[in-house]
Amino acid sequence: MRAAAPALVAFMFLAAMPLLAEFWGGSYVTGLIMRAMILAIAALSLDLLIGTCGLVSFGHAAFLGIGAYTAGIAITEGTTDLATILGITIGISVLFALVTGAISLRTHGVTFIMITLAFGQMLFFTFSALSEYGGDDGLTLWERAYAYGLFEFEHGLFYTIFGLLVAIWLLLDRLRQSRFGRVLLAAKENSTRMETLGYGVFGYRLTAYVIAGVIAGIAGALTANEAEFVSPALSAWQRSGDLIIVVVLGGVGRRSGPVLGALAFVVLEEGLSSLTHDWRLIFGPLLIFIVLFAKGGLASLFERRQA
Amino acid sequence: MKNLVSVAAVALSLAAAPVALAKDTLKVGMIVTLSGPPGALGNQARDGFQLALEEMGGKLGGMETEFILEDDELKADVAQSKARSLVEREEVDFVVGTIFSNMLAAIYKPVIQSGAFLISPNAGPSTFAGKNCHENFFVTSYQNNQNFEVLGKIATDKEYRKVFMLAPNYQAGKDAMAGFKQNYKGEIADEIFTPLGHKDFSAEIARIADAEADALFIFMPGGMGVRFVKQFRASGLADKMAFLSAFTVDETTLPAQKDDAVGMNGATNWAPDLDNEQTAAFTAAFEEKYGYIPGGYAMQAYDSAKLIDSAVTKAGGVGDKDAVRAALEAADFTSLRGDFSFNNNHYPVQDFYLLEVVKRDDGKYHTSIVEKVFDDYADSYADACKL
Amino acid sequence: MSSTLLLIQLLNGIQLGVLLFLIAAGLTLVFGVMGFINLAHGVQYMIGAYLTVWFYGMTGHFGAALLLALLAALALALFLEFAVFRHLYDRDHLDQVLATFGVILFLNQAVKVIWGPTPLVISPPEFLAGTFRLTENLNYSIWRIAIIMIGFTVAGLLWFLVTKTRIGMLVRAGATNAGMVGALGVNIRRLFMIVFGFGAMLAGFAGSIAAPIYSVEPGMGDGLLITAFVVIVIGGIGSIRGTFIAALLVGLVDTLGRSTITDILKLFLEPSAANQIGPALASMAIYILMAAVLFFRPEGLFPAQGRRA
Repeated sequence: MRAAAPALVAFMFLAAMPLLAEFWGGSYVTGLIMRAMILAIAALSLDLLIGTCGLVSFGHAAFLGIGAYTAGIAITEGTTDLATILGITIGISVLFALVTGAISLRTHGVTFIMITLAFGQMLFFTFSALSEYGGDDGLTLWERAYAYGLFEFEHGLFYTIFGLLVAIWLLLDRLRQSRFGRVLLAAKENSTRMETLGYGVFGYRLTAYVIAGVIAGIAGALTANEAEFVSPALSAWQRSGDLIIVVVLGGVGRRSGPVLGALAFVVLEEGLSSLTHDWRLIFGPLLIFIVLFAKGGLASLFERRQA
Repeated sequence: MKNLVSVAAVALSLAAAPVALAKDTLKVGMIVTLSGPPGALGNQARDGFQLALEEMGGKLGGMETEFILEDDELKADVAQSKARSLVEREEVDFVVGTIFSNMLAAIYKPVIQSGAFLISPNAGPSTFAGKNCHENFFVTSYQNNQNFEVLGKIATDKEYRKVFMLAPNYQAGKDAMAGFKQNYKGEIADEIFTPLGHKDFSAEIARIADAEADALFIFMPGGMGVRFVKQFRASGLADKMAFLSAFTVDETTLPAQKDDAVGMNGATNWAPDLDNEQTAAFTAAFEEKYGYIPGGYAMQAYDSAKLIDSAVTKAGGVGDKDAVRAALEAADFTSLRGDFSFNNNHYPVQDFYLLEVVKRDDGKYHTSIVEKVFDDYADSYADACKL
Repeated sequence: MSSTLLLIQLLNGIQLGVLLFLIAAGLTLVFGVMGFINLAHGVQYMIGAYLTVWFYGMTGHFGAALLLALLAALALALFLEFAVFRHLYDRDHLDQVLATFGVILFLNQAVKVIWGPTPLVISPPEFLAGTFRLTENLNYSIWRIAIIMIGFTVAGLLWFLVTKTRIGMLVRAGATNAGMVGALGVNIRRLFMIVFGFGAMLAGFAGSIAAPIYSVEPGMGDGLLITAFVVIVIGGIGSIRGTFIAALLVGLVDTLGRSTITDILKLFLEPSAANQIGPALASMAIYILMAAVLFFRPEGLFPAQGRRA
């Protein structure tokens, strides 16, 4: 339970955020936190691959792009029903994950990193070529998806994202502790042994890859609705890199890691850049210090050191 | 619930109203690109705006002005978050931005929704010129396609029979090609899109050599323009064909292109040697203060400050949005460009010129007016705008 | 397409390949020998270019500037190794990624603060600055030919160094099994430092000689870094020979892809459709190549002998 505590505290804090924002920062702060929560959802899904399976995907942002462009194109074409949009997003994410996963998972280590990068880049260039939908300039959404009145409430979108974040966190936490998760963790340590024991590691990993892809796809659809703007940059390698950074910053394979990492990433970036335009001169060394002095990421700071 | 909140909000704002009317500070936020190589463009816009502000004693429309500068880093999510910070946290009255169209697309909705006025000192995409135009959105530069349309007209006027076209493969590049073709009906030797950020143009240059065209139409902003001009000059082709460019040789790239660019042509709405009093004074003051020659980006930002000044003066503050809007529409200020007015879609109606790169006696380079190509030229999207 | 055009594109492809090789060689050695993922390698390329421009401004002599830039780039690399990287060798790959990413952020911004955001340019040394006439209306830069020749020379030297000298033998042995080499009494720390400094210097050298044809700007190494990673996995990590061949392959595929794919598509598509799809496909070409190679040979084309991936 201790490992989950930082995440639970973060959730309580997040739940109270719209109220706190009334006193300080207003909708600017809630907007910022919404972006952090979406980033956390994407990071959670990536940590299923990195932390549980030992698979470092350098093309995970491809799914963000899939979700965002599905929502963007659907809304532009007049289909605003949220369930339909999410349905299509999930369908395309599953398909893309099955195809790219089946190929990528034949490899491991650095080869896996690079082959996922390749697929991510292919998608990025595809989105950039969509002239009808803004091309490189991106696409402004003139309305949000219709969520049966949910988004019309004050903070409706905020609590939708929050609810999804908590649900996905719980789901992935359960998944990790299930038999399915334990097989993946064991295969991460020694996949040959698991194979000899009769587990089809490939099938397990492909399933995990598809689940991670679908969750990231949903995060992408949420991004489109929150920002009311989508651009190919969402699926570029820099974005995939950001996701890895968030996971590592928070602590790989730690229950609270991705949530803490995402919050820290967004808040640090925002806070530092409001101090100075040359904020990277501070942020860069800060990342180095975190690696050197906080092994296991931010989450480890909150966990008791092992004796 | 929503109603309750909005009732509360109205009540609050009524309670705050006397304060708002008595408000004597004006808040202006600027979002431009300051990082990376394209930062040179944002620097010009920043310096241009600040020069105007300084000349007016730190006041716009007689109001003490708080100026907040933000860097969009040429990233959509950053731009959007900065825009929200400006309108929601700082509650600025005006947002001046951006340099690039894709950044404008990112900040457009949050700024417009907040009720603040959005004034673009450079980006003028077609997206917001037609049916998506908005009463609180103004552009002090041009509609993006116009410079290219002007070049097409020049190619037709000069009777170039065969033109080779080159632009980067992104939205603005595609608009550039379309814009040029609007006024040029001659033969097109070839139409090449290079990747954005392209480094090595020798393959393209070889094609240009092969095509034996009369003129080259080119749009290569920023570092790409620097590299292209260098490589084009080295190939020896520069002396053999006309060079019709937009955003390729300007005051942001000339310090790097130097002699290689001299004699090359461009087209836009202004040059630092445009023959009027205010431009002469502006160029001198700008160079004196910042040590480099101002380009269009600086000029348009300077004009944006003057526009805001005129509107706030006329409306007697920013309390009455409708009055401010009407005053902005009137554009009652002395533009560095001389003739300047707004169309129904709030994009400018102005003159366009053919430019040429020259070297000044002190060894610095700038663009120089050759001749006027269009008088009071309006963009072609205004009809679709319902304002 | 005329034969001149094809010739130029071949030359351009090889020239890009040579630059990629200079960057990727250091990357593959550092990765192969030390198991260290150094994202900051691309920054070394940028630093090399900036220092060359800077020293050129001071000395007015390209050769001197090149030499000074190399020494300064080496000094910076050794400092980074001492201050940051050395503490990461026995850490997880992902920790290395995060820390070296921090180095990229810092140095890209520092360069911008010091030299400004505007791209800088520099001319090649005078005796190589000219052009020669390739066809009636087209000149080709001598410096580009020089880059190709310099690149091949360096590749040859590197091959000699790695296969024929004692230090090269240690490096190769290290790439196969660093633990064993250490157990045999070789000072692994020092070996790492030499490999690291040497690799960084090569990248800096690439930046120096690329400066006269490309513009020098903050972040110029980021895109090339990714391409260099593509090169080393195609070539097989730790293999100099593989890296050389993969670099030329990637250089050629990228250059020829950009110039031919759109034309090929125009044969059976509307020109406007071809103009839309072609460039996107051309940008993907090297990634498609990499995915295909890795699909059939997950260890790359020339995996270092005896190495387990």
